Order: sequence, then C-alpha cells, then structure tokens
Amino acid sequence: MTSTVRYDDVEVGTELPAQRFPVQRVNLIMYAGAAGDFNPIHWNERFATSVGLPDVIAHGMLTMAEAARVVTDWVGDPGALLDYGVRFSKPVVVPDDGRGAELAVSGTVVEKLDGNRVAVELVARSGADKVLTKARAVVQL
Amino acid sequence: MALDARFIGRSYPPTEPYEVGREKIRDFAMAIGDNNPAYHDPDAAKALGHPDVIAPPTFPVIVGFLASRQLIADPALGVDYSRVVHGEQRFVYTRPVRAGDRLTAVLTVDNIRQAAGNDLLSTRAEISTADGEPVVTVYSTTVVRGEGK
Repeated sequence: MTSTVRYDDVEVGTELPAQRFPVQRVNLIMYAGAAGDFNPIHWNERFATSVGLPDVIAHGMLTMAEAARVVTDWVGDPGALLDYGVRFSKPVVVPDDGRGAELAVSGTVVEKLDGNRVAVELVARSGADKVLTKARAVVQL
Repeated sequence: MALDARFIGRSYPPTEPYEVGREKIRDFAMAIGDNNPAYHDPDAAKALGHPDVIAPPTFPVIVGFLASRQLIADPALGVDYSRVVHGEQRFVYTRPVRAGDRLTAVLTVDNIRQAAGNDLLSTRAEISTADGEPVVTVYSTTVVRGEGK
C-alpha cells in the first residue's frame, strides 16, 4: 500500500477535501447494471411511489461508493482502506426533473490508531438530509 | 409479519466462484464515476504494489448480494422484496479485491430483530478466494418495511 498521506502529518480534526456528486437517474441505471441490483425502487417512479416512497431513490450502495471517494482520493491508494461502514439514515431521492439530486460529502480524522492507522468520520448530505450516519472508515497510512 | 428468528445463526453453502475481470472492475468504477487509475490501469495498480487492477471498496457487495439472495429468496423466510431497503453496510478488508480473483462467499444470518414496526435482517458474507484466502467480510442490514410504512 502506498498512501500519499503521512501518518505524522495527520491530526485528529484534520479535514479531508470535501466533494460533491451529482446523482441523476442515468447514474442509478448505470449503477443497477454494474452492480446487478435491479430493485425497481431505483428506476421506476410508478413502483417507488406505489410502495410509499416519495420518488425513485438512489441505491444506498451508490451513495456509499461515492462517499468512499473522499477517503480514497485523499490517500491515493484505495487499497489502504481497512474498514468502511455506514448507516443509511435517509434515502437520496432522485427526481426526474433534469437536475436530480446532489450528494455532498465531507470527512474528518476522528482518531489516530496504532500501526499508522487513522479513523475518518464521513458526513454525507443530500439537500437538507443527512443520508448517512455512523459513516466511518479506517485507513492505513 | 415478523421474520422468523429461528433463521439467526443459519449459514448457507459457499456460492459458486465469481470471477473478477478487469472490464467488470472498470465498468463498476465508471458506474460510480470513479476514475482512480488503480481501478483502470494495471500499471498504475502495480505502481501501488497491487498485482493487477483493484476493485473499488464497495465492489464486494456484488458477491455479497449473490450470497444474500439465497436468504432473501428463501420462501421459508418470506421477505417481501418490494418492501426492502438498505439499512447498514460495512466492509472489513483483509486485502482489496483484484482482477483475477475467484471469489466465493459464505453467508450467515447474524441477527433478526424488529424496530419501529420494521424487520431488520443482519447478515455477514465472508468472502474468500476459491483457494481459501480471506479477502473481505461484508456485513449488511436489510430493512423490511412494515405494512403501511
């Protein structure tokens, strides 16, 4: 593993560069195909509303994949990720209005661990909603 | 209707080996919009010390998903798939998945519980190579939304 970030340069409170990800229907279609998850709540508005959702929602796993970018882009080598977990607290609702949704992700180092590892806490928002909670990654530096 | 708690602790046989190819990794990386060269360029991956392109961190969910189908589609458990949403997800890596891996998963039901009128189904998929080398453990909690929710 070849992290571009040095353990000694990182402190608790170090902020990772934040990122924004546009999420449109086409991204959900692409993700469905690539991941093999064709649950219609992710592409069929008629179905999504019939089961009580406000509209089509993004795959939680797409949100989780995008949020990981804040960590993997920071360290350079995605193989440095040792542990990555999230709770999906709110859905990312993706309307078919030409704009879709936007995911905003930030990350902060919350703990320095032994063996040159650090724990990062991620915050992911879509509009006013916090869509991930308990989003934490452990990275080998 | 509450899911049958007798499924807790149940394990399923290892899934058929899933062959991880470079193009599938690129396809997945493109679908999540990630241009990290470690996913696309074998030379870039090698420069980082990996034998071939590696997969994005959430890629193992594909193998975990194949394994969890054995449970979700089990009529004896009776999950209404149309009411399923994702609750929690965690990956604990021994090493990154990479092109050339032949991966198999053993699924275990860790917990079934009820909260706020929903069923929460927690599973663990231990993913290893067909030769038995551990790669990643995928923890997943599925929420089966209660009626009228």
